[in-house]
Amino acid sequence: MKIHEFQAKEIFRREGVAVLDNYPVRDPAAAAEAFKQLGGGLAVVKAQIHAGGRGKGTVVEVPTQRGVQLVKSAEEAEQVAKNLLGNRLVTIQTGAEGQRVGQVLVEAGCDIDREIYLGIVLDRAVKKPVLMMSAEGGVEIEKVAEEHPEKILKEHFDPAYGVESYQVRKLCKQLGIEGAAVRSADKFIKKLAEVYVKYDCSLVEINPLVLTKKGELIALDAKVTFDDNAMFRHPDIVELRDLSEEDESEVRAGKAGLSYVKLEGNIACLVNGAGLAMSTMDIIKLHGGEPANFLDVGGGANAEQVTEAFRILLSDSNVKAVLVNIFGGIMQCTTIAKALLEAYRTVGFNVPLVVRLEGTEVEEGRKILAESGVNIITADGLTDAAKKVVAAAQV
Amino acid sequence: MSILINRDTKVICQGITGKAGAFHTRGCLEYGTKMVAGVTPGKGGQTAEGLPVFDTVSEAVHETGADATMIFVPPPFTADAILEALDAGIKVIVAITEGVPVIDMVRVYERVKAAGAVLVGPNCPGVITAEECKIGIMPGYIHKRGKVGVMSRSGTLTYEAVWQTTSRGLGQTTCVGLGGDPIVGTSFIDVLQWFEDDSETEAILMIGEIGGTAEEEAAAYVQQHITKPVAAFIAGTTAPPGKRMGHAGAIISGGKGTASEKIAALRSANIEVADSPADMGEAVERAIANHR
Repeated sequence: MKIHEFQAKEIFRREGVAVLDNYPVRDPAAAAEAFKQLGGGLAVVKAQIHAGGRGKGTVVEVPTQRGVQLVKSAEEAEQVAKNLLGNRLVTIQTGAEGQRVGQVLVEAGCDIDREIYLGIVLDRAVKKPVLMMSAEGGVEIEKVAEEHPEKILKEHFDPAYGVESYQVRKLCKQLGIEGAAVRSADKFIKKLAEVYVKYDCSLVEINPLVLTKKGELIALDAKVTFDDNAMFRHPDIVELRDLSEEDESEVRAGKAGLSYVKLEGNIACLVNGAGLAMSTMDIIKLHGGEPANFLDVGGGANAEQVTEAFRILLSDSNVKAVLVNIFGGIMQCTTIAKALLEAYRTVGFNVPLVVRLEGTEVEEGRKILAESGVNIITADGLTDAAKKVVAAAQV
Repeated sequence: MSILINRDTKVICQGITGKAGAFHTRGCLEYGTKMVAGVTPGKGGQTAEGLPVFDTVSEAVHETGADATMIFVPPPFTADAILEALDAGIKVIVAITEGVPVIDMVRVYERVKAAGAVLVGPNCPGVITAEECKIGIMPGYIHKRGKVGVMSRSGTLTYEAVWQTTSRGLGQTTCVGLGGDPIVGTSFIDVLQWFEDDSETEAILMIGEIGGTAEEEAAAYVQQHITKPVAAFIAGTTAPPGKRMGHAGAIISGGKGTASEKIAALRSANIEVADSPADMGEAVERAIANHR
């Protein structure tokens, strides 16, 4: 689960991680007021969308406007907020249609000495969280990782104990952070690692993290994502979820207990099990088609879930054919065959449906489909199913 | 021979009084698994599926001599259930539960390793030694005793692979579902070595997917330490970056963990990679033929 920058910074402030004074606002007049409240001659107005690359992003309706802008007066703050709010911001991560800006953050300026990168993620190979820092702050870290991996410094830590002081000293030494700034770094980094563990984060990223001329570390940006599996113990975090940032169909699927990811192709698929669902997409592609989605109905799907799944698939106007691929293990093929027929009749299909069944009670399941009189194309095996659905989509 | 479990393995089910725990305990009993007890805190003294229920794992082990466990407790309590089994001296812990917070697994992982126990999962279909012992949720009848050791990060895709090897008359020794989470107790490398050491296993089929670097690490290990033929399939060639594909661990992040990187690593270790998921059984046959 993702949250906005201003929400991440609220958590930081609460937990003692240094951030600048700021105000999230929803209308231009409030942006002007926020500028005055901050009291400086300088502030930054930042569009609040989940996607990255905001600084270089442009607003569809006002092409000269970027997603992040320095302002020097209340009037300017108001104008920039007006350009952003309610409009669509296109960045390298949003796709061409962009993402609607619902809020902007008006934040105080500061005297920057240096910009640094800091990120905490899970290192799956080591099976521990890893703290990563780089002197190359403010730039795309993926690029640094690819071109100069040696420039990314890493320290693993145990969630039970957090980051140790010697680890901070090591990092500071390598980054050339000296004097009073080392003490500031010790507090900042330890607190941030605590936030990562306490809130079950899957990513905490600050890019840039700035070293001020006074020798303090401050989070100029904040990107935090959470482990979906752990949200049962963080009801306060769940409330921060912004559904307008997410794909409508994916949200709908989530509510029905389905795992769905929308793609660009025209062959929809409905599969039980994540690995088989991915493989079904792969085999469609292998035989010349383009998958329209990933959809895992899970191990114990019932007629209501299958019906909802079909509705979601068919709501995508690109879809020209649907492939159902079920390996009945615990779920019997007879159960799924009945659920398919019920869903088929309820939903009202307007595109060809190819069904491949295998596993427990497969003969009976196929018989139910064959005798139903419903216009279903049955397939024998994965390859046959893929070929048939690719052909059906081309008609 | 086989690995991890066999017809003598005595198994308990933690969470036996829940719907899934009860259903799958029944399935394991029907397959012939020596299920000896169940554990549900607060329900000690009752019976479930004809088995005695205990309040704690240590009581269950003391009374029945159990040496393996199948865990179905809900995600918030899974880490605790694993640690309880570990504390009771159980050496094969199979955690089926999906949805365990990853930080819980960071905490559990090292303790399992330090105790010299094996944790399979979480978020996995389980382990089965064909025609002897099933600990998990896989459909038993698709398995046939034979010569292929199967290991996988997936559930139904494993059934597909097993079915293909059964249909082609290859059969299986043991099939291990490692689980679809970012951190699981057992890696491909662990299982590769067990299969290498198992006299009955003649070939190994590995089913990986996008996310992480487990397949790359396995490829390097195969090149160094494995003398038996190995075939593989990687799911997710068409998966977009940054999106979680069902499994919590199946995500391409920061441009890492793509199927093409994994396939390249496997091929460079002379592993026979199936291009199509329909081709997994055949890939095993090719691996065996090329190996001679």
